[in-house]
Amino acid sequence: MAVVKLHRPKLNFGEKIYFGALIKGFFLTMTHAVKTLRGKSVGAKELASSGLGITMQFPEQRWDEHLPEYYRGAPALVTDEQGRERCVSCQLCEFICPPKAIKITPSEIPSNDRWAKVEKRPLEFDIDMIRCIYCGMCEEVCPEQAIYLRKDYLITGLKRTDMVHDKKKLYEIGGTRVGLVNKWNELK
Amino acid sequence: MPDLLIQLAIIITKIVVLTFIVVLPLVPVSVYFERRFSAVIQDRVGPNRVGIPFTLLGFKKDFHFFGLIQPIADGLKLFLKEDFTPAHVRKAFYWLAPALTVVPALITVCVVPFGSPISIFGHTEKLVIADLDIGPLFIFSVASLSVYGITLAGWASNSKFPFIGGVRSTAQMISYEIALGLSIIPVLLFYGDLNLSKIVQFQADNGWLLLPFWKNGQLGHADLNTLLYWIPAFIAFLIFTISIFAETNRMPFDLPECETELVGGYHTEYSSMKFAMFFMGEYAAMVIGSALIITLFLGGWSVGFGLDAYIAKFEIFGIGIGGFIHMGCFLTKLIAFILFFILVRWTVPRFRYDQLMKLGWVVFFEAALINVFLAALILAAPQLKGVIIGIGSVLLIAVTFAVIWVAKVSEETPKVLRA
Repeated sequence: MAVVKLHRPKLNFGEKIYFGALIKGFFLTMTHAVKTLRGKSVGAKELASSGLGITMQFPEQRWDEHLPEYYRGAPALVTDEQGRERCVSCQLCEFICPPKAIKITPSEIPSNDRWAKVEKRPLEFDIDMIRCIYCGMCEEVCPEQAIYLRKDYLITGLKRTDMVHDKKKLYEIGGTRVGLVNKWNELK
Repeated sequence: MPDLLIQLAIIITKIVVLTFIVVLPLVPVSVYFERRFSAVIQDRVGPNRVGIPFTLLGFKKDFHFFGLIQPIADGLKLFLKEDFTPAHVRKAFYWLAPALTVVPALITVCVVPFGSPISIFGHTEKLVIADLDIGPLFIFSVASLSVYGITLAGWASNSKFPFIGGVRSTAQMISYEIALGLSIIPVLLFYGDLNLSKIVQFQADNGWLLLPFWKNGQLGHADLNTLLYWIPAFIAFLIFTISIFAETNRMPFDLPECETELVGGYHTEYSSMKFAMFFMGEYAAMVIGSALIITLFLGGWSVGFGLDAYIAKFEIFGIGIGGFIHMGCFLTKLIAFILFFILVRWTVPRFRYDQLMKLGWVVFFEAALINVFLAALILAAPQLKGVIIGIGSVLLIAVTFAVIWVAKVSEETPKVLRA
C-alpha cells in the first residue's frame, strides 16, 4: 500500500498574524446579518421566507401550497363517487400497520342495503394519531383504495382521546375520491 | 446630622438606580441581543414571539414588540424550575459558588462613571457610586475574585466535567490577568491618573484616546506627540480587549464551559436560579468589561467632537440634564460594544487550549511589556535630547527582536522520533 505523506500547509506571515482572517470573518457574518434583515438571504425566495432570513414564520405563513404531490400527511378513509364507503373491513391495514395504530371492528351490511353485495363495512375504524408514523403502508396495502394519506399535517388535540381519529373524522378528512375500483358497482 | 442623612440617601439612590435600574437590566437585554443577533447572522429569525398575550384577555391581536419580553419569560422559567442539588456535591461551596461569580461583577459597577455631573438646584452630584482614586485597579482586583466562583463550582460539583472546566478557568485567568494589567499601563501613563471620572473628563476635553481629534473643546488634529501615542494606545486597546474576552469567558476563549468538550463546563451540575446566577455573572462581567474598555479608550460618556462642554450646561427648570444625555451616550456606546462582543462570539471559532495559553503567555505578555516601554519613550520624548531618543528606540527595537527570536526558538517543534 502506497504511503501518502501529508504535510501541513506552511502559513505565511499574514496568515500567522490571524487578524486578516478575523476581519474577513467579521465581514462574512455581517454580510449575512444585513442580507437577513433585508430578506435577501440565499434561498429566501425558494423557501418563501417571511422576509427575515430564510425562515417561514409558521402560524401566519403556511407551506401548504408548496407541499409536494407525494407528501404523506394524516391517513384518511374515502368514499367513492356514489357515496359508498370503500372500506370493506378486510383489516389488511390493521395487520400491516407497523406501530399498530389502526383498530377496525368489522360489521355485516344488512341484506336490504343498497350495497348488500359488498357484505362488509367497518362498524368502527380508529386510527390513533399518537401512534401513527405516517409510513403509508396502509395506503399501499389497501386492495379497495379506501385509505389514503392526505396532506393534513396539523393533527393536534388537548387530550389523548382527541388524538384518536374515529370513522366519522376519517371520512371528514378523506372526502370523496373518484377511483378505479368498480367491482361493487350494481351494474356489473 | 440631616446633612449626613441626605448624603446617605443620595448614595443609596445612586446604588439602587445605577446598579439595579441601569446595569442589571442590561444583562437580559444583552441576552436578548445575543439571541437575535446570532439568529440574524445565521439567516434565522430568533425569538420574536413572546409579548403581552392580549388574545387571552379577549383582544384581537397579541402585542409582540420584537420579542423583547423573552428575557423576562426566561427569567421566570429559571425561577420556577426545580432547584436540584445533587447528592454527591460539597454543599457549602456548591451553594457559595454562584454568588461568588455574580457579586464581584456587580460590585465593580461602583467605580464606572455613567455621565457628567448633574446639578439639581445648585447641588452638583457625580454620576458614579464611589469616586475612587484607584478605579481600574479596583475593578481588576474585584473582578478577578469571580474566578473563585468558577473554580469552586468546578471543585464542589465533584464531577469530572465541571472539575476540568474549573481548572481550565483558573489557568486561563492567571495567564490573561497579567496581560490585562500590563496592557493598560500605557493608558494610565498617558492620563497620569487612576480616577475613572477624571480620565473620562480628560478625554471629553482633549479627545478620546483612540480618537484624539479635538483639544480644549476645539476640533482639529492633536500635536505630533499625541498622534504618535496613538500607536501604543491602539496596541493596548487590542491586548486589553482580547484579554477582557478571556477574562469574561466569552466565545473565542470560553474553554471553561465549552459545550462540545465539557457538556456545560463548571455549571454542568447546576440548575434553576443557581445556573441563572452563573449566567448573569457572565453577562454582567461582559457589561462591566465593555464599560471599562469604553471608559479607558473610547471616551466613556463623552459625546466627543468638542460638544461635551455645551451638553454639560443643558438645563431644564434648574435641573442640569446634560449628565443624563451623557449617560444615554454612554449606554449607547455600551450596547454597541456588547453587540461587538456578540459578533465576535458568532464569528470566531474556539481556540485550542494550548493555543490559548501560548497566546496569553508568549504573545500578549511580551507585547504588553514592550508596549509599556514604547509608550514611555513616546511620552518622554519631548523632554529628552535627540541622542537619548535614538538610543532608546534602538534599544527598544533590539529588545523587541530579541523577544520575537526567543519566542520563535522556544516554540520550535521537537523532531518526531520514528521507529
